[in-house]
Amino acid sequence: MYDDNHLAERTVTQNDIKISANKVNVHYGESHAIKDVDVAIEDKTVTAFIGPSGCGKSTFLRCINRMNDTIDICRVTGDIRIDNEDIYDRKVDPVQLRAKVGMVFQKPNPFPKSIYDNIAYGPRIHGLARSKADMDEIVEKSLRRGAIWDEVKDRLHAPGTGLSGGQQQRLCIARAVATEPEVLLMDEPCSALDPIATSQVEELIDELRKNYSLVIVTHSMQQAARVSQKTAFFHLGTLVEYGDTGQIFTNPTDERTESYITGRIG
Amino acid sequence: MTGKKSSLLELDARTKKRNAAEKRFQYFGIGAVTVGLLFLIVLLTTIVSNGTRAFTQTFVTFELVLDTAEIEAAEASFVKTSKYRDIITAQLAAKVEELGFETELTSADDLKQIFSSGAAGTLREYVLANPESIGTTEVFKFRTSSRVDGYSKGRVTRESLARDKNLAPAALDLVDQMQEAGLVDRSFNWTFITGSDASESRPEQAGIGVSMIGSFFMMLVVLVFALPIGVAASIYLEEFAPKNRLTDIIEVNISNLAAVPSIVFGILGLAVFIQFAHLPQSAPLVGGLVLTLMTLPTIIISTRASLKSVPPSIREAALGVGASKMQTVFHHVLPLAMPGILTGTIIGLAQALGETAPLLLIGMVGFIASNYPEGVASGFLDPNSAMPAQIFEWAKRADPAYYERAWGGIIVLLGFLMTMNMIAILMRRRFERRW
Ligand SMILES: Nc1ncnc2c1ncn2[C@@H]1O[C@H](COP(=O)(O)OP(=O)(O)OP(=O)(O)O)[C@@H](O)[C@H]1O
Ligand SMILES: [Mg+2]
Repeated sequence: MYDDNHLAERTVTQNDIKISANKVNVHYGESHAIKDVDVAIEDKTVTAFIGPSGCGKSTFLRCINRMNDTIDICRVTGDIRIDNEDIYDRKVDPVQLRAKVGMVFQKPNPFPKSIYDNIAYGPRIHGLARSKADMDEIVEKSLRRGAIWDEVKDRLHAPGTGLSGGQQQRLCIARAVATEPEVLLMDEPCSALDPIATSQVEELIDELRKNYSLVIVTHSMQQAARVSQKTAFFHLGTLVEYGDTGQIFTNPTDERTESYITGRIG
Repeated sequence: MTGKKSSLLELDARTKKRNAAEKRFQYFGIGAVTVGLLFLIVLLTTIVSNGTRAFTQTFVTFELVLDTAEIEAAEASFVKTSKYRDIITAQLAAKVEELGFETELTSADDLKQIFSSGAAGTLREYVLANPESIGTTEVFKFRTSSRVDGYSKGRVTRESLARDKNLAPAALDLVDQMQEAGLVDRSFNWTFITGSDASESRPEQAGIGVSMIGSFFMMLVVLVFALPIGVAASIYLEEFAPKNRLTDIIEVNISNLAAVPSIVFGILGLAVFIQFAHLPQSAPLVGGLVLTLMTLPTIIISTRASLKSVPPSIREAALGVGASKMQTVFHHVLPLAMPGILTGTIIGLAQALGETAPLLLIGMVGFIASNYPEGVASGFLDPNSAMPAQIFEWAKRADPAYYERAWGGIIVLLGFLMTMNMIAILMRRRFERRW
C-alpha cells in the first residue's frame, strides 16, 4: 500500500520495553474514553499513534505523563509502567515523572516570556545549568534541535508568543527537549508546520530516537510511515492494532485499520 | 422562488431590515452614553460649584502692635485668650477709626464678631512660639468668622443675618469698607486640608486633615490584611482546592458575602472586635478590620476571575516541563493574573475608602476628630474618624458653612479615589508590558 522506500529498508531491531500499559481505562465523568488498552512501547523507538479524531490518542498519551491528573473529571485505571515502575503508584510524584517524560502539546503553548526564558525555564527549575554559560549552551542546543535556531538566534529576548504558529510549535519542541527527558510525547507536533519545518522536525525525531523513546500522535499516514518504527491504531477508545509500522501499513490484520489507512474511515 | 437574479447593487428587503436594526441599536447606544455623560457632568459641576468654596477662606490682615505690658497682663489673667482677643479687637477698632470707616460698630466688643473665635489662639500661639516678637509690630492674618466668610462667598446676606445673633448686619458694611481698603481678602484655606474637625460653632476652623490620617491608617490595615488573605484564598481555591461540595459551598458564600450590605459588617465588627475582643472603640485599627472583612470578597472574586482568565494551556506547558503546581502558579499564572489582581485590589480599597455605614457602628463618627495621632501606634489605636465619616458628620450639622465643607470634603475624597484609579491603570499598564 505505502511503498515508501523507507519501509523497505527499515530494520526492525528488538529493543527493551520502556513503557508498558496494562488494561488502561480512562473515564471523563461518565464517558468512557479509553477502553482496556494494552501496549508495550519500546525504548529508542518512535511509536506512532494513529486513528480518527476523537478516538482517544491524546487522552492515552496524556496518561503516560499523568497530565490527565490535572483534569478533575478524568479517572484513569489500569497500570502503566515506565522501566517497570508503576507511574500511578501512590509514591510517585507526577512532577518528578513529568521531568522524565516530556510533552509537546497539540496546540503550541509557549510561555508568554522571551524565547530564551521559554527554553531556560525547564533546565532552571531542574537545576541543569550551573552557570549562565551552561544555560546559554543548553538554550542554543535545544533551539538547534528544535530546528528553529537560525530563525530566532538574533532575537532570543523577544517574546515567544510573537512567533508564527509553526515557529511556536518548534519552540515548544525545543523546550521539551531542553530538560533531557527519557520519553518524549508529541501530540501532533507537525500539524501547524510547513513541509520544510515538518521535515526538520522529522529529522529531529529520528535523531532523538538514538537516546529516547518517542511517542508521536499524527494524522498524517505518510508521517507515521516515515518516522515511526511501531504504529498503534486507535479506534473509538480501543487499541485496534499495534505492530511494526511496515506491517501495519502494508499488511494490516484488522479490517478497520485497513479501511482507515486507505482513507475509508476517519 | 422567482427565477429573477438579484443584483448586488440593490439592497434586498432582509438586508435593509438588518441595517435598520443595526442603526437603531447604534442610536440607542449613543443615547445611553449621552445620558451617562450628562449625569456625570451634572454631578461634577454640582460638586465643584458647591465644594470649591470650602477651599478658600476670608482673612483680616493688619498690623498688630505686640505691646509687652498687654501681653504680660494677658498671660497673667485667668482666661488668657479673651485678653488676647481684646488686644486684637482694640487695635482693629483703632484702625477703623484711623481709616475713617463709617460704622455703628465702635466698641471693641462689637468687632469680635468679625473674627473667628480661634483668632486669639492664633495670636497667643505665635507670641509663645516667638517671644522675641514681643514689643514689635507684626502683620497678622486672622481668620474671619464663618458668617463674614460666608458673606464674602455670597452665602450670607443682610436678609439672612436679620435673624442671626452671631453677626450684626451692620458688620457687613464695615467688612465692605475693610475689603476696599485691602484689610479683608480671601485666600487658599490650608486649614481645610490639614486641619482637624472643630465644634459646631466654629466651622471656619474645621478641616479634613485628621480624618484623612484616620482613613490612611485604615487603608494600611485593609491592605496588610485583605491583600495577602484575599490573594492566598483565591489561589488556593482556584488552583489547589479539590472541586467538591465543600468548595462549592465556600464559593457560593463568598459571592454572597460580596452582596452583604456594609452596615452588617459594621455591626459584626462592633460585636466581634469591640465587644468581644475589646479593641478600642473608634480606632482606625477596628475600622480597618471591618473594612477588610468587607473588601475580602471583592478581592477574592476579582483575583479568582483573573486567575481563571489565564489560559489553561500555560499551566499545561509549565506542568509539562516538570514544574510543580506551586511553581506553575507562582512563575506563570500569577504574573499573568497580576494586572487583574491589582485592579481588583485597588477597586476594593477605593470602595473601602469611601465606605461610611460600617464606621457609624464602631463609633468613628459623631465626635470631634480634633487631635493628630502622636505616632504610628496611636494612629492605629486612638479614636479617629475617616474622610467619608467626617463628610457625613459635617453634612449633619445645621450651619451652612459645614454643608459647604461637606462638599469640599467630597472633592478631597474624589481626588483620592481618582488617584487610586490612576494608580490601578498605571500598574496595569506596567505589568501588561512585561507580559
Ligand atoms: N477534558 C475532557 N473532558 C471531557 N471529555 C474529554 C476531554 N478531553 C477529551 N475528551 C473526550 O475524550 C475522547 C477522546 O479525546 P482525545 O482528545 O483523546 O481524542 P484524539 O484522538 O486526540 O482526537 P484528535 O485527533 O482530534 O486530537 C473524545 O470523545 C473527547 O470528547
Ligand atoms: Mg488529540
